[in-house]
Formats: sequence, C-alpha cells, structure tokens
Amino acid sequence: MFEPVSDTPMLTAENLRVHFPVKSGVFLRQTGAVKAVDGISLELGVGETLGLVGESGCGKSTLGKALVRLLEPTSGRIIFEGRDISHISQRVLRPMRRDFQMIFQDPGESLDGRMSVRSLIEEPFRIHGMGNRAERKKWVDDLLTTVGLSQAAAERYSFEFSGGQRQRIGIARALALKPKWLVCDEPVSALDVSVQSQILNLLVDLQKEFDLSYLFIAHDLSVVKHVSDRVAVMYLGKIVELAHSETIYRNPKHAYTKALLSAVPVADPKAKREKVLLEGDVPSPIDPPEGSAFGHRIDHPRYDETIGMDLSLREIEPGHWVAADPCCLEPEDWKKLA
Amino acid sequence: MSEGYLLEVDRLITSFETERGLLRAVDQVSFKVPYGKTVGIVGESGCGKSVTAMSIMRLLPQPAGKILGGEIHFKGEDLLHSSDKRMQQVRGGEIGVIFQEPMSALNPVHRIGRQVAEVFRIHKKMGKKEAWDAATEMLDMLRIPAPAKRMMDYPHHLSGGMRQRVVIALALACRPDLIIADEPTTALDVTVQAQILDLLGNLQSEMGMSLVLITHDLGVIAETCDEVVVMYAGRVVESAPVDELFENPLHAYTKALLRSIPTLDTVPKSVLPTIPGTVAGLGDHSHGCRFCQRMGRDGPVTRERPKFKEVEPGHWLEICKECSNL
Ligand SMILES: Nc1ncnc2c1ncn2[C@@H]1O[C@H](COP(=O)(O)OP(=O)(O)O)[C@@H](O)[C@H]1O
Ligand SMILES: Nc1ncnc2c1ncn2[C@@H]1O[C@H](COP(=O)(O)OP(=O)(O)O)[C@@H](O)[C@H]1O
Ligand SMILES: [Mg+2]
Ligand SMILES: [Mg+2]
Repeated sequence: MFEPVSDTPMLTAENLRVHFPVKSGVFLRQTGAVKAVDGISLELGVGETLGLVGESGCGKSTLGKALVRLLEPTSGRIIFEGRDISHISQRVLRPMRRDFQMIFQDPGESLDGRMSVRSLIEEPFRIHGMGNRAERKKWVDDLLTTVGLSQAAAERYSFEFSGGQRQRIGIARALALKPKWLVCDEPVSALDVSVQSQILNLLVDLQKEFDLSYLFIAHDLSVVKHVSDRVAVMYLGKIVELAHSETIYRNPKHAYTKALLSAVPVADPKAKREKVLLEGDVPSPIDPPEGSAFGHRIDHPRYDETIGMDLSLREIEPGHWVAADPCCLEPEDWKKLA
Repeated sequence: MSEGYLLEVDRLITSFETERGLLRAVDQVSFKVPYGKTVGIVGESGCGKSVTAMSIMRLLPQPAGKILGGEIHFKGEDLLHSSDKRMQQVRGGEIGVIFQEPMSALNPVHRIGRQVAEVFRIHKKMGKKEAWDAATEMLDMLRIPAPAKRMMDYPHHLSGGMRQRVVIALALACRPDLIIADEPTTALDVTVQAQILDLLGNLQSEMGMSLVLITHDLGVIAETCDEVVVMYAGRVVESAPVDELFENPLHAYTKALLRSIPTLDTVPKSVLPTIPGTVAGLGDHSHGCRFCQRMGRDGPVTRERPKFKEVEPGHWLEICKECSNL
C-alpha cells in the first residue's frame, strides 16, 4: 500500500496547463494550440521519486520544464514549499532556482564544450555569487567525488568524456547548489546498459544521502519502476493513471497503461506473452479529440459518450488513481467509479 | 562451408585506417545464420555490430574501411570475392537492410511511391505502372493505412514509425533471402517498437526469410531471436540458442550484461550490479582477453588470445581461464 512520503508535499501542481500557440499563414496568426500539458495535478513528497512514463510527444518534458519554471504555465498553479511559483518573474525566481534543477538525456548538449569540467561545475556557484575561489575549488572537488569522477577530470573538457561520464558531470552541476528536488529527463536513455546501471545506482545513492526528490522521466518502464516510489502514466497531455509503482505494474487499471506495459520487451525468452498491440501512431497534441483521447485511438464504441464527460482522475483504491473513462476501464472498475 | 546455413561469417577481420593507426573494429568474428531463423547480435555501443553488418554488405566507408581477413559465404557464394556488379544485385535484391535512422535510407526530395517503386523497377525490371502497383501492395502489406495516398507523401510527412515501415517495405520489396536490421526500433517508442517487431516477425515467417537483428536491448533479443551472438570489443565472446544463452550464460561478460539490466521484477532502488570500467578501446592490438582488460586483469594467462570453441552443440565460447565458466 502506498504510504505518503510526507503529509505536506514539497511540491504541488494544480490543474496545470502548458499550451503552445500554433501559428500559420502569411501573417502567422494563431490558428490552434499544442496542448502539451493539459490539466495535470500532482504532488511530490520529500525524498520521493515520482516516475513519469508515456510515449514521445505526450508532454513529459514540457511538464518537467514547467515544474522547475523553465517554462511559464498557461494556467494552473505550482506550489513549492507553500509558495505559488506559477507566474513569478525570473528575477524573483532566481534565488529559488537553487532548490530545483533539471538533468537531461544528452548531457553533452547542455554542457559548454569550451569550458573545463571545473568551470562547468563551478558555474552555478559563480552565478549565485557563492564562496571565494578556494571554497569553490573545494566544493567542486567534493562534488566530483560524490558523483564518482576523479579530481583529475576537473581540468579536462566535457567532450573528452564518454556518455556516462558526461552524465556524471551533468549531475554534479545539478547538485552543486544542494537542490531539494530534480527533474531527471531521460537521464539514462542514451547510455549503454552497464553505464546505465552505474548512473541509476548513483541517483538512488544521492537521493538517500541528500533526501532529494525526483521527477524521473523515462520511456523504459523497467528503469522507471526500479527508481520510483510512485508512477504517473501520461497520455496526450494528461495523467491517466497514478499509483504506487508496484501497483501500477502488478495491477494496472487503465487500458493505456496495460498496452504500454505489455509492449516492454522482457529479457526472458521463456516469458513469451501475448502482447496488446496498439494500432496506429502516437497522436498529435494539436487539437486533441474532445472526448477520451485513448478511446479515440482504439476506436472504442463508447467514445461518443465521453465527449463532455468529466474524465479526471479518481481514487479507485487507496492511493491508486485512474481516469474515470468508460473506454479505458474494465466494466467492474468503471462501475466502482461511475 | 556447410549445408543448412544461409549465411556464414568466418573469422571476419575489418579495420579502419585512422589518425591513430589501424583500428581493428571487427576482430575474427564468426557466426552462422540458419535458413528461416533470426539471429540477434547484441553488445554495447562501439563493439562492432554495425561494422560487421556493413562488412557483409560490403558497404564499408571508403577508403578508410577494409576487410583484412576471413570469409563470408551467402547461399554458398563467397561474398568477399564477388564482383561489385554482383554485390549490387545482392544488396536490395537478395539481402535487404534496415538501419536505425529511417531517414538515412530515404531520399527526402522524392515521394514515397517513387522510392519504393524504384526498387521493383531496378531489381525486378518492372514497368512503371506495374512497379507502382507492386509498391502500393507492399505498403499495404506493412499495414500502412491508406497506402495509395501515402505513396504520394514525402518522407517528412510521416511519423518515425511509419517511415520505418517504408524502409522495411524497401528492404522486403524483392523478397530477399536475408534481412539485416541494425537497431531498427531503437529510435521508436516501445509501443511502436512492438508493432514493428511483430510485423517483421510475421513477414519473415510468411516469406521464409532469415533475419539478422542487431540491437543493444536484451529484451528485444529474448522476444524475437532464435540464436544470439554476444559481441564485446570487436569479438564474439559467446553465441548460443536464445534459451540456452539466457539460462546458461558461460562468459563473464554475458553474465554481467544480463545482470546489469533492471527488470520489472528487480527490487526497487536496490543496487544494480555494474560492470566496472568502460568498453575497451580498439586501438591497441593486444591479443589478450578483452574482458580481462576491462576488469583490470593482466596476468600471463589473460594476455593470450582466447580460443573460440563450440563447448556444447550450438554453444560457442571464447575460452579464457578468468572469464569463461566451464
Ligand atoms: N516550445 C515548443 N513549441 C511548440 N510545441 C512544443 C514546444 N515544446 C514541445 N512542444 C510540443 O509539445 C508536445 C509535447 O512535447 P514534449 O513535452 O517534449 O513531449 P515528451 O517529452 O513527452 O516527448 C509535442 O507535440 C511537442 O512537439
Ligand atoms: N568510419 C569509421 N572510421 C573509423 N572508425 C570507425 C568507423 N566506423 C566505425 N568505426 C569504429 O569501429 C568500432 C565499431 O563501431 P560500430 O560497428 O559502429 O559499433 P556498434 O554498431 O556495435 O555500436 C567503433 O570503435 C567505431 O569507432
Ligand atoms: Mg521528452
Ligand atoms: Mg551500431
């Protein structure tokens, strides 16, 4: 059973929306919107990892960026430690930035190749005017040790390192200001399995040591399950199911969660399973269907009923939330919610 | 050379001329592909999977890449000594290739229809109309919705999954005997990956083709392959039927690889076994056991080139005192 990590969540999102305008024509008039994040509510506890899964384009990165305010939400609220940060200006935000950081899939892209590893990791301290030279040197050395890089690495350049080591540099930089929580956006997706396990171990260790919270985004469901306390499944800008990670994997309720899980190849040739194959493509978030988005994709006979229906998350069992959507639930589960 | 195998790769050596000297990317690789079966090649990035595939197709980047030794027999024919003209027939006609990035196989300025039809015109000597119809049928076979309409699209109009289907259509057009698929689903979502692998498997058994599937994903291997070749640093360290390899891995590298992946059953937040160090560089020409080098072992035993032997019927292994468990 899911035990809330703390009574007062560190971070809360309420009905968050991030829409990007779609402009077309000669005058580039707004003709529609990409509803990348479309009404998401969630909580993140201290020391908790919330996993986030879903097909590409469903809005995971956009949600992550909005929560650390690299993007301004179109509507809804983000409350961090009791304070509404949804629309505060970058200037007001700046001192708060130390508390939340983001690490990316390709650490190489976010690291300036002209800077030595030392200056890369030192940069956050300089930006925030912290410490003198000697102090900063010591902090960088400590951070290198924390993420498992040698001191000698400091004087080299990031492009000289392998993917796994660059990810360590990215993590060191993100940890520099002792953040309270991190968005990890596909941090191991580009890495080989042996390196992937090193980085996952590191993230788990750091969490225990510093009581960090993570929003952990990945498309590999086995990886997400390994690191997460709870998992949210996202489909076309919305969370369709949210539960303790064991529960999501053992007792998924939403048809999309089931399809996603069954698509994961299992490294056991004896476990030949029947797959639920999804037809068609990942849908477009421009002008999404009015009713159940997943019901629309699988051409469900009850789709028409869902137009105008409230499909928001309901608690089907303690701590287990699922969209109240007749197209996506077993009849007995739907009865429980209806 | 023996009966019963469509493709036999025997002690293949492929090198690249680089600024740092000759780099041996593929170092005496041997494996066999039976008729109608799927053979998976698995290993971490840089271990020589793609170079092996390119060597078979004789598509190595020129002039840097050279095949320095070994033999490749396809349907009994010695591919390394075939004429360039013959190789052109083989490529696309008898061996189809699918790469990870579909755009590398598609011409962005030509319509899908023209590109697929062209394969029929070149390899099957069909007329315009006949080739167009055959191409439309091919797209339909790949379960591409509204194929006649898609024929008029340009590659950038399609999603990643649809593009990869078109590339598969190109590869399958001439009903080749062998498909070499190099990470065909790595860039796709798991849901789309499942569709593509399912489709590929069905078409393969319908057409009776053999498939060489290159991937770094052991899950994909377990679900789709009959036999597995495990590569490390340019060499095959172990190969075996799929059930045997997962149940009874004999090489330390295979074992480490199998252990290091989290599965849906591993204890959350538990420490995952890791493989220390990084994949060995290929530059040095040392003859010893590559995996011993990664593990920092450097005894006299580990400095000898391990022998590659069949230790049980169909189960091949690099025999190293430290790494192989016999
Ligand atoms: N800056 C932007 N402008 C317009 N559309 C965007 C922007 N960023 C993301 N999108 C769109 O929003 C949707 C969600 O994208 P993203 O959050 O990156 O998805 P994910 O991380 O799940 O793959 C996609 O359709 C993407 O094309
Ligand atoms: N054109 C090239 N020139 C020099 N070295 C190359 C070239 N292509 C590949 N290599 C080297 O050959 C080795 C094997 O590469 P590759 O077969 O692409 O690995 P994999 O497909 O297993 O990831 C790598 O070390 C790579 O750097
Ligand atoms: Mg993303
Ligand atoms: Mg490759």
